[in-house]
Amino acid sequence: MRILVVEDDLEAQRYLVNGLRESGHVVDDASDGEVGLTLALSRQYDVAIIDRMLPSLDGLKLVAQIREHGNTMPVLILSALSEIDDRVKGLKAGGDDYLTKPYAFAELLARIEALMRRRQPASVKTQLQVGDLELDLLTRTAKRNGSAIDLQPREFRLLEYLMRHAGQVVTRTMLLESVWEYHFDPQTNVIDVHISRLRAKIDKGFDAPLLHTVRGAGYMIRARA
Amino acid sequence: MRAPRIFRTLAFRIVAVYLAVFALSAAAIVAFTYWSTARALNAQTDQIVDTDISGLAERYQRFGLAGLTDAIVNRSAHGGAALYLLSDSEHRPIVGNLDSWPNLSSAGGNLVEFDYERRVGSHSEQHRARGREFTLTGGFELLVARDIAERYETERLFSTTLPWTVLLMVLLGLIGGILISRNFLVRLDVINRTSREIMAGDLSRRLPLGQGGDEFDTLVANLNRMLERTEWLMRGMREVTDSIAHDLRTPLNRLRNRLEGILHSAGLQGAVRSEIEAAVEETDRLIGTFNALLLIAEAEAGVAREKIQPVDLRRIVEGVVELYAPLADEKDVSLTLLPSNTAILSCNPSLVSQALANLIDNAIKYTPSAGKVTISIADTPSGIALTVADSGPGIAPQDRPRVLERFVRLEASRHSPGTGLGLSLVAAVARLHDARLELGDNHPGLKATLLFSSGGKRPQPVAQLAPPRVAVRG
Repeated sequence: MRILVVEDDLEAQRYLVNGLRESGHVVDDASDGEVGLTLALSRQYDVAIIDRMLPSLDGLKLVAQIREHGNTMPVLILSALSEIDDRVKGLKAGGDDYLTKPYAFAELLARIEALMRRRQPASVKTQLQVGDLELDLLTRTAKRNGSAIDLQPREFRLLEYLMRHAGQVVTRTMLLESVWEYHFDPQTNVIDVHISRLRAKIDKGFDAPLLHTVRGAGYMIRARA
Repeated sequence: MRAPRIFRTLAFRIVAVYLAVFALSAAAIVAFTYWSTARALNAQTDQIVDTDISGLAERYQRFGLAGLTDAIVNRSAHGGAALYLLSDSEHRPIVGNLDSWPNLSSAGGNLVEFDYERRVGSHSEQHRARGREFTLTGGFELLVARDIAERYETERLFSTTLPWTVLLMVLLGLIGGILISRNFLVRLDVINRTSREIMAGDLSRRLPLGQGGDEFDTLVANLNRMLERTEWLMRGMREVTDSIAHDLRTPLNRLRNRLEGILHSAGLQGAVRSEIEAAVEETDRLIGTFNALLLIAEAEAGVAREKIQPVDLRRIVEGVVELYAPLADEKDVSLTLLPSNTAILSCNPSLVSQALANLIDNAIKYTPSAGKVTISIADTPSGIALTVADSGPGIAPQDRPRVLERFVRLEASRHSPGTGLGLSLVAAVARLHDARLELGDNHPGLKATLLFSSGGKRPQPVAQLAPPRVAVRG
């Protein structure tokens, strides 16, 4: 995947670019907004990571200009500013996701992979399947190996989100933001408890677990290869 | 029942007082005019009567009683307002244009007044007259007077018109008062409404300035100047938090990046690896504390005020309760949301969710297993009360104000995880919403109540930088 990184803090940029390259991505970098805009408009990228505060052209303006040129590539905005109304501003300017510094690299990687996945033509699915686990989005029922699993509405949404990102790491923050729509950090890790309940419902009694914990990052639902 | 609003306005009260003073003084002026007019008319009558008398006296002196009688007959024939009557000592009329001796009443000095029947065409009507009475030698009595019906007419006119005049004046004044008050009210309403809207949200807005340059415009201009200053201070506050955020987040980001970089590099041995992992965790805790502090600062500065919107508090609470239900379950603590109606509240939903999450998180953390945490929403007369009550150890009354301060953690909880900022954030969110955070006793346990004053519906005066409003119930 081709990724554009626009970040003026050179040290942060170096770590970011190295990390992404190590994860197998092709990365172009720019350290100011104008260069970033030129790159964004002249080459094809699968995702762009843009810092909120940039010299010569501010991050939000950069995103807005990219959008003005009809470019729809997913954009993740990185911000070192205070959070309260910055997220909304970032998303309004045309960003697809928003991450506050300092971030864990695993969090960033999980988010950009989710963004790139979203870009692929989204066929209107009414059924999701991972291994022998099936989720019917119309009847809102779940089955594993043919037998029904009783899920609470929130558990269903949690499972749906995990299955839509099957094979990808999903972080706790991503779950909290997407499934619960909360943008704060609960003091206790409540998400872990929700996951372990869901795990008990879908994996208990089966030889091959589907819901995996990815150490230091989050969770992933995946059938055994 | 209360009087309509217009009668309770200051403008109207001023007009009413002014009107009362005006009506009283007008009545006094009219009364004085009446009194002095009456006096002048009496004096005039008296003078004419005196002239008449001196003419008659001359006659009497020169020609005796016969001359006087002649003169009276003569003068009576002219008719008009002059009245004469000469009678004997028994008050039997001898000559004059009065039919009989009238009942005299004294009008001061040797002046008398009396009523008599005056023929006007075919009928007669009662008239009032004023004059003097003399006793002549031989017991004859002489009455010389003038009809004062004209004066009486004037008096009557005064006394019948006066109440109407005053009534009309009061009525016109009332209408004027209402009109003036209305004008005042309309302008004050605009100022009040707009300033409430500005306080509740967009500080960049200004009050509409009139064209006239009157006192209201001066007031509006001053308020606008105050708003400008507040906005400037808020922007300054935001710039400070933004630059603190930026200047601390950037190095923290590098620190975390480096640690992660080391962690991912190959050939890291067990002990070193776990040390680095611990360092990453420590960094994350640092970031957590920093974020919480920043959020408190922003909530206290009212930065998040712009996002206040009416929402159903019950839905917010249901969401957070649902988030924490499995956690409570795992600890064998029952988490219950008591039934209630919808409670519409103007708030920042995200911050209220977070504040409630902090309260529930604390409640579950400090409640021993088999205990219970109860959440309730009550629409009380003083506002909407959101209560989280637990059956844990509670907080001693003397410690309650302290726990709301930043970083304060009581000795008993010093070893459990947390930043010590949870309740401070709740208190800051409460202040942002003009709500009160009350910590009370649940016998046993802690009962934390967020009391949102009726400001949800009726905007309250906002004191954004006011000292903490924390009430502690014993």
